[in-house]
Amino acid sequence: MSAVVTEVDRQVDTPASGPREGAFGNAVALACRECGHQVALGPFYACPECFGPLEITYEFPAITREEIEAGPRNIWRYKALLPVPTDIESSPNTEPGFTRLLRADNLGRELGIENLWVKDDSTNPTNSFKDRVVACALSAARELDAKVFACPSTGNPATAVAAAGARAGIKTVVFIPSNLEQPKQVNSAIFTENLVAVEGNYDDVNKLASEIAGEEEGWAFVNVNVRPYYAEGSKTLGYEIAEQLGWRIPDQVVIPVASGSQLTKVDKAFQELIKLGLVEDKPYRIFGAQAEGCGPVATAFKNGTDAIRPVKPDTIAKSLAIGNPADGIYVLDITRRTGGAVEEVTDDEIREGIVLLARTEGIFTETAGGTTVAVTKKLVETGVLDPTKETVVINTGHGLKTLDAVSGQVGAAATIAPTYSAFKATGL
Amino acid sequence: MSVSVRIPTILRTYTGGDSEVSATGANLAEVLDDLDARFPGVKGRILDEDGKLRRFVNVYVGNDDVRFQDDLLTPTPDGTEISVIPAVAGGS
Repeated sequence: MSAVVTEVDRQVDTPASGPREGAFGNAVALACRECGHQVALGPFYACPECFGPLEITYEFPAITREEIEAGPRNIWRYKALLPVPTDIESSPNTEPGFTRLLRADNLGRELGIENLWVKDDSTNPTNSFKDRVVACALSAARELDAKVFACPSTGNPATAVAAAGARAGIKTVVFIPSNLEQPKQVNSAIFTENLVAVEGNYDDVNKLASEIAGEEEGWAFVNVNVRPYYAEGSKTLGYEIAEQLGWRIPDQVVIPVASGSQLTKVDKAFQELIKLGLVEDKPYRIFGAQAEGCGPVATAFKNGTDAIRPVKPDTIAKSLAIGNPADGIYVLDITRRTGGAVEEVTDDEIREGIVLLARTEGIFTETAGGTTVAVTKKLVETGVLDPTKETVVINTGHGLKTLDAVSGQVGAAATIAPTYSAFKATGL
Repeated sequence: MSVSVRIPTILRTYTGGDSEVSATGANLAEVLDDLDARFPGVKGRILDEDGKLRRFVNVYVGNDDVRFQDDLLTPTPDGTEISVIPAVAGGS
């Protein structure tokens, strides 16, 4: 079996003092996705040369299926492929991952797909895939000796950060837009006393977080200055899908697109598994799902351009509402390279997608999952997705997080008197 | 017209470590020219070879992303706060 070796062939900028030996496992450096410039592993996220995103590079040893299968039933079974130390399990964390991959025959019949699976990440500790990425960010924060664990967020990341920080015993501060719905504030505030409501929208909160990260020592913002480590957590979705299918990459995967990071990391995971010889090298197609009210990547895909024009989001899919997606350009590269596509759907179609998944498979998804289901339906109807091929749809979060999205769609079929005759009159 | 410019960590090698500097200019392009005159090379880190904002840089005049305004021609009235921020933050 040949190991994957990422050559560190450039001068690496090294800080005077650094983290302990092995703090980031088999990771060796941070490399700019745009210009290739490399910097030493540390709390850095933007290339000092061109501002491009920094990404973890590794020197992997030989890794076997058996070694992975002998690991814990959470993301740490893949620790050799993540920027975490070998003793990661010994430090308190939420132990996310290894969520169920469900055969979805009922939904498949509705959509006309012969072989359909749902990767259901709503069963993570705080009910979204964000627990995966936050767990990797928490490890980086610890190894970098951060004193505060923080994030800007509209929901899922804030909850995941607040919960993980509570379990780890590290101070958390989460920043949210002040107009965020009260139930979502409670979801995070239950885990931390430091929920800060910022007057503005998500982009304003994100800007503030970036400025704080640049000024305050010892703050680890999961999706700002430790974003390279955080983002790697999404690879575990790809690893799990392949392992749970019997160490096989599916023919087609449909993934929601916000910043686009998750889609790029699932592709990275498949590529790593192939290079490590853990799965057969085969073609696969990756599809991205967006909402029409925030579909800058879908627009660029349809226009055949590389330029992603930022938009002001206006959609019920709040967790996908990033108007200027940082990894959008890479989503275009990957979907085009693999023969996939990026498609978008209306808010009504998203609501229908939520209800469809719930009533066919008993899975209550949030708006992001509704988007993915609705886009899958549209891709079949337009002949873009091959319904005869094995397809995996990723559900990234639980519907209880976005009850408001469908509260007007579903409810009592009838209100009746407590009598048998009244019941019979309903025709149920 | 005098404005203040917040400098991101990775550009502070140009400003002697200062996180905030003052500059003059009626619009963003003029402000960047003024900055470059005092901190040679800094403009080339913010703009690409074609003189456009680099893809992974966000510049805010006040609280607004200039891509939603007039880009480099966005007016910078006296007292304006400008922020230069890496664009790779946020999201999933």
